[in-house]
Amino acid sequence: MSSHVVPLKIYVGVFLSLLFFTGLTTGVAFIDLGPFNTVVALAIATIKMLLVVLFFMHIRSSSGLTRVVVAAGFFWLALLIAFTLSDELTRQWSPIPSGWGSGTTQSQPR
Amino acid sequence: MADLIAHGAAHGSASTHSPDLQHHFDNMTQQFEASNLGMWVFLATEVLFFGGLFAAYTVYRSLYLPGFEIGSHLLDVRFGAANTAVLIGSSLSMVLAIRAAQTGQRRAQVFLLVLTMILGAAFLGIKFTFEWRNDYLEHLVPGINFAYRPEWGANGPHVQMFFLFYFIMTSIHALHMIIGIGLLSVLTWMAARGRFSPEYYTPMEVSGLYWHFVDIVWIFLFPLLYLIGGRYGIGGGH
Repeated sequence: MSSHVVPLKIYVGVFLSLLFFTGLTTGVAFIDLGPFNTVVALAIATIKMLLVVLFFMHIRSSSGLTRVVVAAGFFWLALLIAFTLSDELTRQWSPIPSGWGSGTTQSQPR
Repeated sequence: MADLIAHGAAHGSASTHSPDLQHHFDNMTQQFEASNLGMWVFLATEVLFFGGLFAAYTVYRSLYLPGFEIGSHLLDVRFGAANTAVLIGSSLSMVLAIRAAQTGQRRAQVFLLVLTMILGAAFLGIKFTFEWRNDYLEHLVPGINFAYRPEWGANGPHVQMFFLFYFIMTSIHALHMIIGIGLLSVLTWMAARGRFSPEYYTPMEVSGLYWHFVDIVWIFLFPLLYLIGGRYGIGGGH
């Protein structure tokens, strides 16, 4: 097979970017951004993941079929987390109905 | 060579092909694609395997954020960041080992694979001897040696839950690292025997995918475990 040899420069560049983002995410954690600390940390982690997937794992030069499988893996992860949180974070939105027995509304004959 | 020609004749074609091509594939590209795709399908199941833990972590973190912040601040961010750098370095040497196979440099393959294993072992060394050992001495290991501290107040059980997540997630990650080092040692042996060539290096590429995946898991574990809610204003948490 004709293998796709990536230039050395690209690998070293990706490596240095990953180190840079590691330093950045650690540094930003020491600055008070309120809730955005978590947002920034996860955004940087996602950028690092994309660098690894695209360049080190060669998705940039892989077939469409492989890309679909990779996307499907992350799509199912998104479903897992989104549906778990859609339950967990919305439980307090509607009041829990009280029991049938001893309410004032129960015994009101017409 | 005679063997190759006879082999080609058995296929009913005069052309010879690589001895690494198995009979049920048309050509080397198709064979490589099949293995690569299979590894990605496995990694998709691994994404969901770790994903269950990440989802549970997210739920409990949203419920018990103060306790999780106290727990996170008890971890030493320097070790976490250093280990991230070590793993990134091991990913670089892994990808360069694959490149050495693509360009047919046998000695470089062996050297880079050994370097990858050393970096992987360094990660485990930092994690076990510095981090886990300190956590044990500071009574932060749930189920084995855990003690509530008065300054935690009512958050005590939630701090313990954070450490339960910390140890389960990092130990499953470490288990993957150990399996990865096992795979790499087999690859090193194969590379030293000249098993790989620019035409055939599939085991290297596929094991590399696994190694990088384990790296990605750590890329997310590092901020989620060590950097929760920022590290500012820690003020004598130790």
